[in-house]
Amino acid sequence: MFEATLLNRRNKTTQKLFRAALGSMTGLLILPVVLIMGTLIWKGAPAISFEFLFTPPTNGMTAGGIFPALLGTVLLVLVALLASVPLGVAAAIYLSEYAPDNWFTRAINLAIINLAGVPSIVHALFGVGAFVIFFRFGTSILAASLTLAIMALPVVIVATRESLQAVPEAFREACWNMGATRWQTIRRVVLPNAVTGILTGVILEVSRTAGETAPIMFTGAAFFLPLLPQSVFDQTMAMSLHLFVVSTQVPNMPLQVPYGVALVLISMVLLMNSLSIALRMYLRGKKKW
Amino acid sequence: MVIAPRPRADSPGPQAPVKLGVEKLSIRYGHDPVLEDVSLEVREHEIFGIIGPANAGKTSFLKAVNRMDMFDRSMHVDGRIVFNGVDVHKVRNVYGLRRRIGVVFPLPVGLPLSVYDNVALAPRLGGVKKRAELDVIVERCLRRAALWDEVKDRLNSLGSMLSGGQQQRLTIARALSQQPELLMLDEFSIAVDPVTTMRIEDVLKELREEVTIILVTNLVQQARRLADRTAFFLDGRCIEVGATEDLFTGEVRDPRTRDYVDGRFG
Repeated sequence: MFEATLLNRRNKTTQKLFRAALGSMTGLLILPVVLIMGTLIWKGAPAISFEFLFTPPTNGMTAGGIFPALLGTVLLVLVALLASVPLGVAAAIYLSEYAPDNWFTRAINLAIINLAGVPSIVHALFGVGAFVIFFRFGTSILAASLTLAIMALPVVIVATRESLQAVPEAFREACWNMGATRWQTIRRVVLPNAVTGILTGVILEVSRTAGETAPIMFTGAAFFLPLLPQSVFDQTMAMSLHLFVVSTQVPNMPLQVPYGVALVLISMVLLMNSLSIALRMYLRGKKKW
Repeated sequence: MVIAPRPRADSPGPQAPVKLGVEKLSIRYGHDPVLEDVSLEVREHEIFGIIGPANAGKTSFLKAVNRMDMFDRSMHVDGRIVFNGVDVHKVRNVYGLRRRIGVVFPLPVGLPLSVYDNVALAPRLGGVKKRAELDVIVERCLRRAALWDEVKDRLNSLGSMLSGGQQQRLTIARALSQQPELLMLDEFSIAVDPVTTMRIEDVLKELREEVTIILVTNLVQQARRLADRTAFFLDGRCIEVGATEDLFTGEVRDPRTRDYVDGRFG
């Protein structure tokens, strides 16, 4: 009664074949990650020490640590966030909750998508023109961070808008029906339920911003600085540029240094990513509807 | 507020003032008409039933009264809706209008706030800040909606985590917390068990002392139990408006009304 027909058998073979093919593709996907992390840890771990993390480079950067670059990256990301998050979240709230569906709104949405597609070196040149020269910030943390912020904006806007739109429309209507204004509805019902998604997007953005090299190269990141920056109008060293420098620009560099820098940089990024994943999992557990 | 004497159930009397006047109301979504040329009057302190099969335009009618056409670009409303003597389409302060009109929809929407905050939301929007004052309102409204005994020990748990029937009563409590002058219920009993339905019906009978109620229902017997006067909607038209008993005892102008009431179609 349940004997397999020829067709059954063939279906079964095909299904096994596809399962195997799709599975191995997925396997290939994680291979680069494992290889990169493996190599970095293998070759970079010997370089990591307290001294490496918390002292400035010495001997033409072939010895000493990376502290100015580490601090510089943290500063750059922080200032970039201060600029991009309020602006991006505000714009996303407007686009999601207020903007009428007309050609102007659609044009803005198109602009945001295009902004996300602009190559980072173009952002860098824009940063030089706008912030370094026009606004007279000079090559400085401020100019570099603002350039990063503009790169980050579309991502912040899209992440925020998506978490806002994940809040069911029925909640808004229920609130409006009680005589709430749009803003009252946003503040009391929409934002509290979207804030988690917004936060996740922001953290992911941090990890991306931290690794950017091109936008900061011409706008505020320096090859080598003997002193730590004193204000946002000073230049700074940064991890990503430092990695480029120690890998290609300095002769007789001990091999473990660039690997060590890369390991620290990728650890920062992975740390932020895991934080974002953990946050998302924690909050999904608390999902309210 | 002066509380008018309770009208007799069988005839509310034409002398009761008009709470909601509707003249030549037509509603369409895009090019699809859903309601055409409806004129009727709802008097103060009556329960006004609206019965009719699906797609008759009952829900759209409620939406138009509450100015919900503002949320939906495709919804177009023509004609006049006069609430408390004011044309709702000329009301500047539409938030004030909505605050005076409570709505309960068939699928309950418990906001993802605590039970307490769900009911306290409307008073808070209206500017009530004192905890003691809010406590009183919340308890009164939850009691009214026959929900207090079930939730009094977990006022801080999420409203959206209550069962369907409880959420429905929560939305009724929330509508009451607005202290509305007009309460519109749209098939509130769909998600509620029969026992709770009867309890809510009792509550509605009491509420008639304070508010005017429009009850949209697809249970004709529910309209018979509660409504002073009833309108019969069919295919976007108001076929008949009359004292509820007349509709059920056969004194109808249109044979289709009798057919629907007797359950011969729908």
